[in-house]
Amino acid sequence: MYEPVIGLEIHLAMKTKSKMFCACPADSFGQEANSSTCPVCLGLPGSLPTINYEAIEKALMFSLALNCQVPDITQFHRKNYYYPDSPYNYQISQFDKPVGEHGFIDLSNGRKIGITRCHVENDAGRSVHPAYANYSLVDLNRAGAPLIEMVTEPDLRDPEDAREFLQKVRAIAQALGVSDANPEEGKMRADVNVSVRLPGEPFGTKVEVKNLNSFKSVQRSLEHEIKRQSRILEDGGSIKQATLGWDEGGQKTYLMRTKEEAADYRYFPEPDLPPMQIGQNWLEAIKAKTPELPDLKLARYLAAGIREYDAQILAFDHQLASFLDEVLKHYSEDAQAVANWLNGDITGYLNAEAKPLQTTSLSPEALAKLLKLIDTNTISGKIAKDILPELMQGADPEKLIAERGLSQVTDSSEIEALIESVLAENPELVERVKANPKAINALLGQVMKASKGKANPEIVRSALSKKLAI
Amino acid sequence: MMFAHEIAEQVRTGKRSARAVIEESLARADAVQAELNAFISIPRAAALAAADAIDKKIANGEDPGVLAGVPVVVKDNICTKGIRTTAGSKSLEHFVPPYNATVIERLQAAGAVVVAKANLDEFGMGSSNENSAYGPARNPWDASRVPGGSSGGSAVAVSSGVAPIALGTDTGGSVRQPAAFNGIIGYKPTYGRLSRYGVIAFASSLDQVGVLARSSKDIALVMDVMAGHDEHDATSIPEDKPQFLASLNAADLAGIKIGLVTELSGEGNTEGVLAAISRTKDLLSRLGAQVGEVSLPNAPYGIATYYLVAPAEASANLARYDGMVYSTRIGENALGQAEVMMKSRGATLGPEVRRRILMGTYALSSGYYDAYYGKALKVRRLIANDLEKAFSEFDFVLTPTTPTAAYKLGEKSSDPLAMYLDDIDTVLANLAGIAAVSVPAGKAEEGMPCGVQFLAPAMQDEKLIRLLSALELAQGETFAPLSPFKG
Repeated sequence: MYEPVIGLEIHLAMKTKSKMFCACPADSFGQEANSSTCPVCLGLPGSLPTINYEAIEKALMFSLALNCQVPDITQFHRKNYYYPDSPYNYQISQFDKPVGEHGFIDLSNGRKIGITRCHVENDAGRSVHPAYANYSLVDLNRAGAPLIEMVTEPDLRDPEDAREFLQKVRAIAQALGVSDANPEEGKMRADVNVSVRLPGEPFGTKVEVKNLNSFKSVQRSLEHEIKRQSRILEDGGSIKQATLGWDEGGQKTYLMRTKEEAADYRYFPEPDLPPMQIGQNWLEAIKAKTPELPDLKLARYLAAGIREYDAQILAFDHQLASFLDEVLKHYSEDAQAVANWLNGDITGYLNAEAKPLQTTSLSPEALAKLLKLIDTNTISGKIAKDILPELMQGADPEKLIAERGLSQVTDSSEIEALIESVLAENPELVERVKANPKAINALLGQVMKASKGKANPEIVRSALSKKLAI
Repeated sequence: MMFAHEIAEQVRTGKRSARAVIEESLARADAVQAELNAFISIPRAAALAAADAIDKKIANGEDPGVLAGVPVVVKDNICTKGIRTTAGSKSLEHFVPPYNATVIERLQAAGAVVVAKANLDEFGMGSSNENSAYGPARNPWDASRVPGGSSGGSAVAVSSGVAPIALGTDTGGSVRQPAAFNGIIGYKPTYGRLSRYGVIAFASSLDQVGVLARSSKDIALVMDVMAGHDEHDATSIPEDKPQFLASLNAADLAGIKIGLVTELSGEGNTEGVLAAISRTKDLLSRLGAQVGEVSLPNAPYGIATYYLVAPAEASANLARYDGMVYSTRIGENALGQAEVMMKSRGATLGPEVRRRILMGTYALSSGYYDAYYGKALKVRRLIANDLEKAFSEFDFVLTPTTPTAAYKLGEKSSDPLAMYLDDIDTVLANLAGIAAVSVPAGKAEEGMPCGVQFLAPAMQDEKLIRLLSALELAQGETFAPLSPFKG
């Protein structure tokens, strides 16, 4: 049985006000082509880059969060290659003095995944290839946008681990406000390196799979590659070093190019940008303003009584975690109940609607109110679930209940009356329940239905038992 | 042509209109251009409009700036908004910058008027102005000779009276060497004192804007305007407060120690150049300075170091001229981008530029980096250390500016190595990032002017210009005369 060896290279689009080396806005999403540009990011002759210290600070914060060693001096290098959407025909990147080295992330199964390095660089523009045209167009709005590139050691042994690793990276980046880390919008891109070997043997020949735009495609492409490579080796073949793409439709890898000679990027120190001294003071200031990291959130949630399974999900989903923390400010009686709602019905709703939490109008206060209404038996859990979609659209639960008269019926005489009429209408069912008391739920359901879900089910159950003497 | 400080004074006090000054300068530019090819563009309309704007300010009682109406010639690798800027290259023949270099921005804000964009060796690569895609400029002292380079056109402009001030750029001597060949002052400030923003890069860690002029006061005047931190240039010196005018007019040089570099003041220089050094020593002594000798043991490696560092940086800086944006694209799209880029670069970059790109690419290549570029950076440090040590003993270091005076067109153009060796005196200041000035030192062979060079520690620019002003005061009218060019 072959064992995979997996390494990841991840690019994160940083969330900063301006681009890496000029004052143009970093995020030009939806802007007219080439409108978000200036002499610097257009690479006009004579223009010079200057360092965006917000980006350096965020990259340092991120490196520290990944347990990286941060050097005393960090420096930019030029990475030379020709491409039409690269306006200088070199990228300003980092080489031997990156912002972070030798970090790690712990996975939930206890595996420690080494992080070789984190460095800062500028993004390229975008080439547009109009259909059937004999030309291409270049949009430089994205050129110069700040990126973090991070590279892992070949420590991953399982596609599922790779997915968890990516989720953790995303959660950390989001928690720190370093990146939206959203693969769908291209804010997080991953390339994978994968080889297989028999356990104990040296590393096999690796292939690189590029341009994976979701965590699921990372996992699937790895699973596919591991099978493909294992089959080749089992049949006595050998793996050829190559760069592959991922065919989302066919769920398989395809050959982009076999490995040519190693590219020579002729790195040399960027003479336009002097090396930066990272003093202890700066690092302390960065540490002081670092928001709570997902691992610490997890510990806090566990302490608050949330089950491990739920706590893991919540702590590593920045949006859910931020929401949970807000709810807990207004409702601290039962953290697990909040977790149940977030991981259950709310996630279900979001999946069905295919939208992220922050695009809905659900407020943390509304969810807190809802939970209190359940706790005080004002409404049943069933009613609460029924009105959730309206809460997601911004409705206030108290108002909604008042308007619709959805308060739970706990008055025993009212319940008694409901039971009387249900029993009278269902003589056959009554006989069946008398013969088999376990069938009581059928009658209970009828009574609840008659109450339009408003009767308190526990009161109904005990009243029914009493009435039928079972 | 009057000095800049005189023109500004006359224009500011209404004795003369800016328009009259600029018209005279433009007329002179035309005459010089006709015979010496000193310019790539003469932006007549823009210059006259700028002059009129200054006259209007004066009429309205507004302050027109300390350089009001002063015509300035700008090397054509410094971006001027709305005025074509070619860097002497065919690859930029259609490039009209949408922005001004910081130095231009500051000069114009002070009332200076750009009258011409000066000819140069393509991208600053050359010492004779013969590497210009727009033809060579010629020396106003003898039109059969080169004006020097790469800021050849700038030197010709000042020496032949088109403008009292010209901007050049100096990567390995490109301001000082043509100044020496034309008998004028060429000053290269400490690296970082003048913003490089808008200066088309040749070798970023060596490039520095410099000033060509005929008086220390004119240099001080424009330096006070142009120097000072620029947030657009990360290598610009922070919190720089230029104090040039305030540092002028040294009556004597008592207590000043000057070290003549032994390695550079003997063999390899012509008799005429050595005589100029000797005259300079005498003058310095007369003014009360102490002249001694100093050794820079690593100076002989300066050329080798320079010709690794500069081409390496250039190989990246010039990568963008690929036919995609600026120049005519050569080759059908169907050839594919790599082929089109190669063809375009081959067709629009000149032979010397291509040679240096190849050398630089080689020096940075995997497997060669340590032996070439890496080693060059180490020797660069050693040269800077040598100079630091010299400055612990001397206020200034003295060398010839060039081993010879101006030579004939074509004399060295077939031997690039011989041409490179002429930079031996000047590259040191760029490698060390320090201040340097070439001072006119009379005639060398065949009636051609030559210069001597003073080096000062980083940030001692004001003191260096003060030394210059002492030499100027002592020589009076004979210092930096206009060339005999009639036009």
